[in-house]
Amino acid sequence: MILKKIFEKLKPTFSKGGKLGMFSSTFEAFESFVFVPDTVAKRKGSHVHDCIDSKRTMSVVIIALMPAMLFGMWNAGYQHFLSTGEAVSFIDTFFYGFLKVLPLIVVSYVVGLAIEFASAQIRGHEVNEGYLVTGMLIPLIMPVDVPLWILTLAVIFAVVIGKEIFGGTGMNIWNPALLARAFVFFAYPSKISGDKIWIAGLENAQSVADGFSGATPLSYAAANEIDKLPDTVNMFLGIMPGSIGETSTVAILLGAAVLIFTGIASWKIMVSTAVGALFVGFLANTFGGTPYLEMPAWQHLLMGGFAFGAVFMATDPVTSSQTEAGKWIYGFLIGVVAIVIRLFNPGFPEGMMMAILLMNTFAPLIDHCVVQSNVKKRLKRKSVI
Amino acid sequence: MSSNNGLKVFTTPFNNGNPVTVLVLGVCSALAVTVKLQPAIVMALSVTVVTGFSNLIISFMRNTIPNSIRIIVQLLVIAALVILVNEVLKAYVYDVSKQLSVYVGLIITNCILMGRLEAFALGNKPIPSFVDGIANGMGYGMILIIVAFIRELLGSGTLFGMQIIPESWYAANGGFYLNNGLIILPPMALIILGCIIWVHRSINKDLQDK
Repeated sequence: MILKKIFEKLKPTFSKGGKLGMFSSTFEAFESFVFVPDTVAKRKGSHVHDCIDSKRTMSVVIIALMPAMLFGMWNAGYQHFLSTGEAVSFIDTFFYGFLKVLPLIVVSYVVGLAIEFASAQIRGHEVNEGYLVTGMLIPLIMPVDVPLWILTLAVIFAVVIGKEIFGGTGMNIWNPALLARAFVFFAYPSKISGDKIWIAGLENAQSVADGFSGATPLSYAAANEIDKLPDTVNMFLGIMPGSIGETSTVAILLGAAVLIFTGIASWKIMVSTAVGALFVGFLANTFGGTPYLEMPAWQHLLMGGFAFGAVFMATDPVTSSQTEAGKWIYGFLIGVVAIVIRLFNPGFPEGMMMAILLMNTFAPLIDHCVVQSNVKKRLKRKSVI
Repeated sequence: MSSNNGLKVFTTPFNNGNPVTVLVLGVCSALAVTVKLQPAIVMALSVTVVTGFSNLIISFMRNTIPNSIRIIVQLLVIAALVILVNEVLKAYVYDVSKQLSVYVGLIITNCILMGRLEAFALGNKPIPSFVDGIANGMGYGMILIIVAFIRELLGSGTLFGMQIIPESWYAANGGFYLNNGLIILPPMALIILGCIIWVHRSINKDLQDK
């Protein structure tokens, strides 16, 4: 273990009083990234100790995101070559998308981690791990063609205004990754809505193949052109235009399986979100009116960012409800609000981002109500006896 | 702030007693009229005039106003002044007056006015009251102008309606730049205001909570 020896050797230099003592939190961040920290929480009060720490938790989420990311890379290349009408091999397709997506991921991590490390140094805190996941989520919910400087601004906004102001990881009210998307959505709407931006190189394309349009299923649906939707198999596999990581329901379900199996994300939230969406979908089917309202409710689960949001965004342990009953209510309302926005708001074709941010805001209130009703119930029981 | 030392009365509203960043008054209009610099400056001047003269008039009358109806008297004075200001704006800067629309009338409800009347003019002589009113109006205007500067520059690429960010930078002309649409929206004005308060408090140690 050469690595271990290097860390042991460097430790005194970076500890308090050492030559580079001011960078102690940076050192510690790297050490505990490579090795499990050698300290445990003090045995005080009624803690339950788990061998997994938050860095390991974050790593599992990253692993769960891998299928969606790899598929997103391939899909970025596939959609590009579909738009130009070229036929290329699988490897070329993937590699094209890889080169398109990689800069986004690199920029997201470099900018975000720079802010995290700087603010940890200023405050004298340990560096928080939260950005490991946020940094991966942000590129996956962006259009592949988003300019890097806009991404940089979005990351700065999300990390500084969304997280550090509230006190860093674990204290934020809203999901930082969604906040980054919301920033781009409102600040630079032309870069995140419309039908030219979901496919690499389409905006400035010289020639586009006959009959090709870059519209996403949601924009067809919002225009009531249900017959133009891709067939269900393609929507399920994710072979359609959209944000990088959100298109493939299969890849997202793989990630969901990892998250549920390791017990990191709450299956209750995922299930109740889907139930909420289906509920509004069935209501719309029952009353009908336009082709979009009559579209089968389950198709909503395959379109746009619904699956990605339900699995990776809504379940964020920091911003979701903490109580078990609260999780059901929280998830259900996300599903309801998302589909209501999709169906009844002409301004926004996709409602998942708004729905999750809105319910993030209400999550503490839901928890409060659940706890209070529980308190009341128990008081009542006591007075009977 | 009860000290009648003229200089101190004048400088407090620019730092430790700033009506917007410290007392957090008048925030509503700070969000509403700061999309462009020109209306913001006109608004700042109007509020300065109204705070100054309402302080002066109420201070003259402070010993004769019955305590139980003082709020009504104060409102009457403010309302009369605001109507005057509104008429002047309509006569001389009609375009800006159109842009400001109801916000000129809403100066009446600006908390800074009533706050200064209650906190200062009712207990001090006319001249210091006048200085206090003018200084508070200017302290408010200063924040308004900073916010409007940032919002107009980043949101529209202009200052006083003149193009500052080169046209050739814009994506429409083959460049890369886009105006930030979020800055135009009121939530971002609130965030900018928050950032100003943040900067102000990190510089001024007196304001930091223990």
